[in-house]
Amino acid sequence: MENVLEVKNLKKYFPVKRSFIEAIKKVPQRYVKAVDGISFTIRKGETLGLIGESGCGKTTAGRAILRLIEPTAGKVLFKGKDILKIPYKELRPIRRKMQIIFQDPYASLSPKMKIGEAIAHPLRIHQLADKYEAQEIALKMLRRVGLTPEEEFYDRYPHHLSGGQRQRVVIARAMVLKPEFLIADEAVSMIDASMRASILDLLMQFRNEYNLSMLFITHDIDIGKLISDRIAVMYLGRIVEMGKTEEIINNPMHPYTIALIQAVPSIVKRKRKEKRISIKGEIPNAIDIPPGCRFHPRCPFAEDICRTKEPKLIEVSHEHFVACHHVAK
Amino acid sequence: MELVVEVKDLSIYYFTLSGVVKAVERVSFNIQRGEWLTFVGESGSGKSTVAYGIINLVPSPGKIVGGQALFEGKDLVKLPKEKLKELRGKEISMVFQDPMTSLDPLRKVGDQIVEVMIEHGIDEKEAWKKAKELLKSVNIPEDRLYYYPHQLSGGQRQRIIISTAMAFRPKLLIADEPTTALDVIVQDSIMDLLNEMKQEGTSIFFITHDISLAVERSDRMGIMYAGKLVEIGKVDQLIENPLHPYTSALFASMPDLWVDKEISAIPGFPPDLRTPPPGCRFHPRCSVFRERKDLKGICDKEEPKMVEVEKEHFVACHLYG
Repeated sequence: MENVLEVKNLKKYFPVKRSFIEAIKKVPQRYVKAVDGISFTIRKGETLGLIGESGCGKTTAGRAILRLIEPTAGKVLFKGKDILKIPYKELRPIRRKMQIIFQDPYASLSPKMKIGEAIAHPLRIHQLADKYEAQEIALKMLRRVGLTPEEEFYDRYPHHLSGGQRQRVVIARAMVLKPEFLIADEAVSMIDASMRASILDLLMQFRNEYNLSMLFITHDIDIGKLISDRIAVMYLGRIVEMGKTEEIINNPMHPYTIALIQAVPSIVKRKRKEKRISIKGEIPNAIDIPPGCRFHPRCPFAEDICRTKEPKLIEVSHEHFVACHHVAK
Repeated sequence: MELVVEVKDLSIYYFTLSGVVKAVERVSFNIQRGEWLTFVGESGSGKSTVAYGIINLVPSPGKIVGGQALFEGKDLVKLPKEKLKELRGKEISMVFQDPMTSLDPLRKVGDQIVEVMIEHGIDEKEAWKKAKELLKSVNIPEDRLYYYPHQLSGGQRQRIIISTAMAFRPKLLIADEPTTALDVIVQDSIMDLLNEMKQEGTSIFFITHDISLAVERSDRMGIMYAGKLVEIGKVDQLIENPLHPYTSALFASMPDLWVDKEISAIPGFPPDLRTPPPGCRFHPRCSVFRERKDLKGICDKEEPKMVEVEKEHFVACHLYG
């Protein structure tokens, strides 16, 4: 299978502002290591769920992959081409093939632009259609995402729409360019339960139709499970476990993944409450990353080696990778 | 069984410039001592308004336009403001989604906890000692007492608020989506804390949009839709035998890690509560109504009454009586 996206050792560090005194005293520059060396691939038509709690670096990873923020180090190969090496000005044709949808449909649409124009706009920017054609395509797209009667919706403004409808517009705007790769960053997190399924369904329809490869970023494992072929679990800037979705849900190995999955509420949970493992505290900040395994201060299985040596992501069974000394033994 | 809360026909409207929003319409339920009742609903269903309503704290332009909210027999809707204030905080505690709304951003956490304790008649020295114990009991280092709220994580703030509430052993705790902004592992620990409170005899009225969370922790749950309570019963009754088409549809729309199923959306949108649909407020989105011709003229005309279908299991739907 062809790899559409290959991310190699991607890093994004944000410098921490030093105070005047610290600068005079030559206190070394510190960094928030939001993404600290992650690697994964996404095949043609495949969806990888990138899952983690707030502050784990999943959103930064998504943005760095598209160069919406410049990565500190690493490679991002899109169909074999390292897009981090391409001069910024020459990125546009590639950007057309790589789209992103954000969490907040209120913030991703210009309040001054009619939604039909918002969908036609990218076609004009990429010079794929003249004004008239772009309008036609936008109308078709509105219909396609279920905003009918489309002529009526074309002239509406974002504030006329509900959150779910807006997210449909955002999806339409991304899909109008027929991308090959899509990042969905918490795309349904703000949508009410009764409408969430239809937005997910819409994404899956486009995925099948365009044979889209997708990076589905979410904190919600329930949702991640529904849409992903494989899942990668992030903790403090690193991927700690990665594998096929069923494998990760049914046979999680990293203590963090286990704790995370056990904490997800479920209507059948009453029956499996007993085998919970408990982890202490909360995610530390990404400036003072613990030495060794980043998870060791919270891990009930931590040993000496965990405090000194950083575990590597190793393949424990077919396509199932875990970064944990305890599991490796 | 001893009732702590008894709500009868509570109606709350918001008088906005663009019209009267009928946010809560004739909602009745009760909560027993030491019981955990959860209300589930989508945004705009009125679940939070009910929570504010039963302690007579509906924000303007909202107004309680009818009904009673009895707390240990006293009608809070009619109670004078000072008496009410005394009850809130002593016998009734509240926890909100955003812990920053309950903490003063300009004062250190410890000062704020101690102040509450002094108000409850504990002397200052004792209060500081107690505050330290309190933080310890929820796994937060003592020195955080000298931090400002913004220096703590959302989970820590929420745990501090809940543990402070716990210290006074209130008879009723109202929790409005206290974990919605938090990650699942932290959520789990907060739910454990609330459960501890319940074990100590506090009744809990919990508001959430997350059905799984409701099922996991509560004794009974109520489902709200468009300002109406449509179904209420024991958790097991609702999972095994959901009666209202909205309840079933809501279950079907929620993904669950441990249940293999496709999720399906509910067609349409919740109604504008300035002009709620006549009859059953759910009928425009109801799959049963759409399929069965014989319901025409009933569901879209007459408002369904709450009926007890099995013991303690109530539903407001024309399919049942």
